[in-house]
Amino acid sequence: MTTSAALSRPGPRGRLAAFLHRHARVRLSLLLSAPLAWLGLAYLGALAALFVTAFWSTDTFTGDLVRSFTWANFQDLVTGDVYRTIALRSLGVAVAVTLIDLIVAFPMAFAMAKLASPRAQRWLVILVLTPLWASYLVKAYAWRVMLSSDGVLGWGYGLTATIATLSYLWLPYMILPIYAGLERLPSSLLDAAGDLGARGWRTFRTVVWPLSFPAVVAGSIFTFSLSLGDYITVKIVGGKSQLIGNVVYDNIGAANNLPFAAAVATVPVVIMLVYLAAVRRTGALENL
Amino acid sequence: MNLSRTARASLWTALVLGLGVIYVPLGVVVLNSFNSDRTFGWPPPGFTLQWWGAAWRSTGVRDALWTSVQAGLGATVIALLLGTMAAFAVQRYRFFGRDTVSLLIVLPIALPGIVTGIALSNTFHSVLGVPLGLFTVIVGHATFCVVTVYNNVLARLRRMGLNLEEASADLGADTFTTFRLVTFPMMRSALLAGGLLAFALSFDEIIVTTFTAGAGVRTLPIWIFENLFRPNQAPVVNVVAAALIVVSVVPIYLAQRLSGGDPQTR
Repeated sequence: MTTSAALSRPGPRGRLAAFLHRHARVRLSLLLSAPLAWLGLAYLGALAALFVTAFWSTDTFTGDLVRSFTWANFQDLVTGDVYRTIALRSLGVAVAVTLIDLIVAFPMAFAMAKLASPRAQRWLVILVLTPLWASYLVKAYAWRVMLSSDGVLGWGYGLTATIATLSYLWLPYMILPIYAGLERLPSSLLDAAGDLGARGWRTFRTVVWPLSFPAVVAGSIFTFSLSLGDYITVKIVGGKSQLIGNVVYDNIGAANNLPFAAAVATVPVVIMLVYLAAVRRTGALENL
Repeated sequence: MNLSRTARASLWTALVLGLGVIYVPLGVVVLNSFNSDRTFGWPPPGFTLQWWGAAWRSTGVRDALWTSVQAGLGATVIALLLGTMAAFAVQRYRFFGRDTVSLLIVLPIALPGIVTGIALSNTFHSVLGVPLGLFTVIVGHATFCVVTVYNNVLARLRRMGLNLEEASADLGADTFTTFRLVTFPMMRSALLAGGLLAFALSFDEIIVTTFTAGAGVRTLPIWIFENLFRPNQAPVVNVVAAALIVVSVVPIYLAQRLSGGDPQTR
């Protein structure tokens, strides 16, 4: 037996195992080392570097980076009416998409979690998950075909089309966390509420909603963030409308102005950080 | 449960309608891949397998598919390692900044993809001087894939408890043996589920990919986007799309069986 051999005559492996067993802090540091190096140092470092770039500028003749401090990018961002409109429009689109998804997803998730039989539940989860694997582009493209003026819906392209398409794209991201949250919610609580005389709506308002709120917030993180950063759907169905993502993209590509792109990119980051900080206490992050 | 008949009926209706809305566009894509009309005239004048043949023979599609598979596998392996390590640290230890670690892992998918994309490409390009290519795509994908593995393993560890591992240690197994014979077999299905999701996330990603892929690297989503607006490529794009929809059913089914098939969860 290898185990008894390791006990009686500790080789290097046995000694290492014993050392690790005795020193919980060493085990912890080893476990944390790689994830923290990757996400803490490399990823946060990259974000920080991008943020620093936002205070630089580009030489208008050569297109090279000028590495000296300036507020100019942020000034342009704040004073430019165009950018304020685009930022507000993006925020509006993200909020609209999140609300639409919430309204559509909640009843679906509830029916899945509380009305369907366990067997049906598994199939329903698969039904909701599968479209996530179908390419994002393909779905946006399918909507382009349907929305085109001679298509099935025929709404034409624009902001409404963008909101509809984004809501469609991110709907499963809202259904799944809410479903998971509702599934964890014991049905006995609903029965108890009923026994105490609460009707459907009251049970929803006082029991179901408060207990599933973290899951709702978890879903909204996806729909909100995914909508805020999107520029591809807008290109496919948005017609001439622009969102923050397009401004960032155009400034990197055509305009070759990374500093300004970085400054614009801080807008969704700040919005998301404020949002994450606000919802952290709800426990939503464990529901992702 | 004390739901009225109407409430039940309307919830079921909402579910069926919702699923209908989700699936109709996908169905149209699959149907159009057999549409003999090049511009997807509706209703289809006839059905043909010609586009499937064209897609099969297209080298662009094959190369892109291979690139996507490589990127997905690379990102998944890294995500499995990092996600499992982080999940163990957060679930099994109490330490200062524990909540921050979970926040850090969620951050790459919580922030808009374009931000992650330009932050990474800027770092590769102007800070580290690494040429953009498949490697940088893998690094970018791994960054936002960690969370899927992390969540699956975390949930599994929470449910597993420590009893079996302690029993193993009491019977004389050292740290490594316990991990190999007890901990790992119990986590295997969670790892597989997390890994499948990570692969899926990577396989479909386009925004981070756009910024971290060099000129020569073309994943399947990039190929689709490049060809999306070319009218004469439309049928082939549609076939690729339909194939992705059909193929996607298999891994999802597996992941679901693995993560949800546990009797303890019910």
